[in-house]
Amino acid sequence: MIVTLRNVWKTYGRDVVLERLNLEVRTGEFVTIVGASGCGKTTFLRMLLGEEAPSRGELLLEGAPMPAEPGPDRGVVFQKYSVFPHLNALDNVLVAEEFGRARFTGRLFGGVRRRARTKALEMLEAVGLTHALKKYPHELSGGMQQRLAIAQALMKNPKILLLDEPFGALDPGIRRDMHALILDLWRRRRLTIFMVTHDLKEGFYLGTRLLVFDKVRHDPQAPNAYGANITYDIPVGRIEPELLEEIRDQTGLPVAPEAGSGG
Amino acid sequence: MKRLINEHPPHTVGYLLGLLPFALLLLAYVAASAARLAENPDDPLLPSLGMMLETFWRLATEPSRRTGELVLWVDTAASLTRLALGVGISMLTGLVVGILAGLIPYSGRTLSPLITAVAMIPPLAVLPILFITFGVGELAKVVLIVFGIAPFIIRDVQQRVEELPTEQLIKAQTLGASTWLMVLRVVLPQVFPRLLDATRLALGAAWLFLIASEAIAATEGLGYRIFLVRRFLDMATILPYVVWITLLAFLFDLLLRLANRWLFPWYGGRRR
Ligand SMILES: Nc1ncnc2c1ncn2[C@@H]1O[C@H](COP(=O)(O)OP(=O)(O)OP(=O)(O)O)[C@@H](O)[C@H]1O
Ligand SMILES: [Mg+2]
Repeated sequence: MIVTLRNVWKTYGRDVVLERLNLEVRTGEFVTIVGASGCGKTTFLRMLLGEEAPSRGELLLEGAPMPAEPGPDRGVVFQKYSVFPHLNALDNVLVAEEFGRARFTGRLFGGVRRRARTKALEMLEAVGLTHALKKYPHELSGGMQQRLAIAQALMKNPKILLLDEPFGALDPGIRRDMHALILDLWRRRRLTIFMVTHDLKEGFYLGTRLLVFDKVRHDPQAPNAYGANITYDIPVGRIEPELLEEIRDQTGLPVAPEAGSGG
Repeated sequence: MKRLINEHPPHTVGYLLGLLPFALLLLAYVAASAARLAENPDDPLLPSLGMMLETFWRLATEPSRRTGELVLWVDTAASLTRLALGVGISMLTGLVVGILAGLIPYSGRTLSPLITAVAMIPPLAVLPILFITFGVGELAKVVLIVFGIAPFIIRDVQQRVEELPTEQLIKAQTLGASTWLMVLRVVLPQVFPRLLDATRLALGAAWLFLIASEAIAATEGLGYRIFLVRRFLDMATILPYVVWITLLAFLFDLLLRLANRWLFPWYGGRRR
């Protein structure tokens, strides 16, 4: 088991965001997560990142408690601000090597640098950015920025890769290219992926396993008294239309968000 | 006829329009000066352009009879040294303290209240204290500039650091960066152009504090000279000096602006 949750809760003061989460995820799974806005999907990823600690329960990474801060064993791509605006594409990826190997200067020189550069170039080739090495993020399209963010995250060979609506702001055509890219990388590099999405179809299409987060208990007097829970945990492969319909009814999510929504 | 807000002057006309107020002011001055001098050729209040140029030229090229020095350059060198020291120290302090306060929670909680409090103190009110503590030499003048602008720069840098998207810092950590490496490779490079911007804004205040301290206690300097010759109503020296100071201030501003553009090509292009 790469990730284990045993009765995990997340509360902020008296507001319960997530409650009674139990989950076991194996190496190599592609877990997609859907749920209504504000139900705690990002909070869940932040716990996996180590940015937030569970309020109750056990969260394990390879059997050991999750480290209390982000680290190179867990890669991440956010919807935006994932890349460094002051570095060009090549340096954005190269910096990952430099962080790891030049503990004091943060810069590599000579042969070490050449090898790191070669590795960075291979990674950029894998995500299809070879033609834009010298471009700064603001000179890249949204899709290219996300490709860059993925390349950056993969430089560390993370045990798990966390994606928070990484393609939410992209046009449908670009999004399809990105789907092909992430599936290709997942297969070839045997990644374990957790990906939050607003697009139920995307969740079904990409994942090997779909989690639906939703509140099962409601208190109309105190809307935050109960948190969301994993209401569906579906091994993907059997996509029955009725099931899709059922989840959609429950979460209120559109099957495919209107093109260009979400920024 | 389009609406007024949609009417844009052509390129050259735009430049000419920008020059127009200067030309009008100059013209008004020349007229007023001529009128006054016609009444009394020794009137010192509104010297003619020729007289001012002549005085300025003399201060710039002829050794002073009293000290044997070229007054303008001695004054300029003295003032710019103080200004450079004061502004340089303020920038360094701003960078270090601003990052400490903006990035690291423990130092932030320790320093923020102090920075806020110090920023509230009117710098000129502590000038006497500075003269008493540091004497009337160079140190007090430099300290006044630092006192006057460092809190502003610190707070600006701190704010910029706090504005960095959390995502970037999380990302850096997932790439294995230590706090030090994040400062070095993520925070510093992104804060530096903002530091230059903050310095540009602070330069006006820096000049103010420089001239104020020179006016009170100095033996040379641009501010010292202006206040010295004021006693003789020597407008033919004061006015060119003011123009000279303005020109220098303009040049520094321009330099900082260009430095930002050349050194940080990504800066300014980020908002999309
Ligand atoms: N630091 C915090 N303090 C208090 N409440 C928080 C905090 N972070 C998140 N929350 C609350 O937790 C709930 C879940 O937020 P979260 O960002 O995880 O939702 P989400 O499922 O990712 O939503 P979206 O789909 O809109 O991104 C929200 O109600 C939010 O207000
Ligand atoms: Mg979210």
